[in-house]
Amino acid sequence: MHIPDGFIDVPTSAAFVGLSAVGIGAALKGARTQLDDKTAPLAGLTAVFIFAVQMLNFPVVAGTSGHLIGAALAAVLVGPWAATLALTVVLLMQAFLFADGGLTALGLSVFNMSIISVWVGYGTFLLIRKILPKNKSSIAIAASIAAAVSVPAAAFGFWVQYVIGATGTFSDSAVFTSMIGVHILIGIGEAIITGLTVTAVLASRSDLVFGWKNNKNKEVLEIKNV
Amino acid sequence: MLESLKRARVNTQVQTHHHGHDVGERLYLHRHSIVHETASYLKVIAAITFILVAVSTPITNWQAFIGYFIWVLTVAAIAKIPFTLLFKRALIEIPFIFFAILMPFFGSGERFVAGPFNLYREGLLAGAGIVVKGTFGVLTAIILSTSTTAREILRGLERLRLPALMVQIASFMLRYVNVVNDEMERMKVARDSRGFEATGIKHWKVIATAAGALFIRSYERGERVHLSMLSRGYEGVLPHDEVEKSKASDWLMVLIYPLVALVILLITTLIGN
Repeated sequence: MHIPDGFIDVPTSAAFVGLSAVGIGAALKGARTQLDDKTAPLAGLTAVFIFAVQMLNFPVVAGTSGHLIGAALAAVLVGPWAATLALTVVLLMQAFLFADGGLTALGLSVFNMSIISVWVGYGTFLLIRKILPKNKSSIAIAASIAAAVSVPAAAFGFWVQYVIGATGTFSDSAVFTSMIGVHILIGIGEAIITGLTVTAVLASRSDLVFGWKNNKNKEVLEIKNV
Repeated sequence: MLESLKRARVNTQVQTHHHGHDVGERLYLHRHSIVHETASYLKVIAAITFILVAVSTPITNWQAFIGYFIWVLTVAAIAKIPFTLLFKRALIEIPFIFFAILMPFFGSGERFVAGPFNLYREGLLAGAGIVVKGTFGVLTAIILSTSTTAREILRGLERLRLPALMVQIASFMLRYVNVVNDEMERMKVARDSRGFEATGIKHWKVIATAAGALFIRSYERGERVHLSMLSRGYEGVLPHDEVEKSKASDWLMVLIYPLVALVILLITTLIGN
């Protein structure tokens, strides 16, 4: 469920298209230096993964269930640059194909989820990883905390946009309390699932986890011209 | 008769096939209409400008919204999109309707009594505005994705200067979304056939493990795809098709979509004053 058209006024929406464009421009550059010509297939498949995993239902209580958002998860698994690109593409496709999220509100959603959520999540991850001992369970814990923070961070982005360009009449403070409150709860679920998922990947293919590699083992499979 | 049979078949395809079909194909409804045949980048421009006109209209100008509604339905009819399909897919915005419904109950300022309720005028208008404008956004996006294949939309975005790398990422997503979905479905069948039933938080570990496995499979597939691309001579850029130049008449035809809305807006504003 994303921001629909007309929820935030046009000037604010337009301004965030600009901000998002700058962020994505940086991510394109960053991903190219990090992944080189692997960027397109790997970010593409990450986008597919995020898209698919958002359809995986986690039962909560009595018939209700939630799903992963995946910003922090993607940042830890493939790095923040590719994560930004993958989430942006997911949002683009959701808006254009499924009408989920307004076309004119895309700049707002992209800013909240592909930029704020990914980068706040990744920053938190780096910070926690630094404090904890260097082992796999620390990576999972750091990813968990990153996920817990990344969800209310996106909600905070929404709140800022609401304060600047709301068309609704809820007071700013009411929106703050309800949005951040609800998203702290969602963040707890996100944290548990993210931690468990990262643990599962670390157990079998720890070499794939960007947040674990520590840039030590830079073995790249390559084909050389002969 | 034949036509209705055909339509029935396409409808069941659209509604029941959740897996095994191209995402774009699943949403796309194959028809022959002017809307279908227009260049996709023009349709994207038209859709966005129309939404901009709709969201910029003050909600108190309700006549304009009735006009827009008739116009949207007309375009849907021209595109031969069944209204039932249109409204079924529009249900996606329901969560926001709940949000908007609360608005008249909280707020400040002028109040009035409607039946058993004591409502805020401002809140009612704002809530109505969110629902109505959101609906136009959703309906427009649905017409776009029902009359344009996912690949065509992507090509349209490419022409509108979406960075090449983003286009590539998106096309990989479109190409592999079904493969990965099917993989996820197979994992679910495997879980189910072992008697697994997720009922609460205690089962999250199992589902998260499946998510982890899904990531590994997706990533490995990404690597394989990359290698096979390299072996075919990929150097970071995909080969390009020649782009057709659009004629002025194409532009005119597609801009009718937002222009009619603009005319409705002007007329209703003038009458309103």
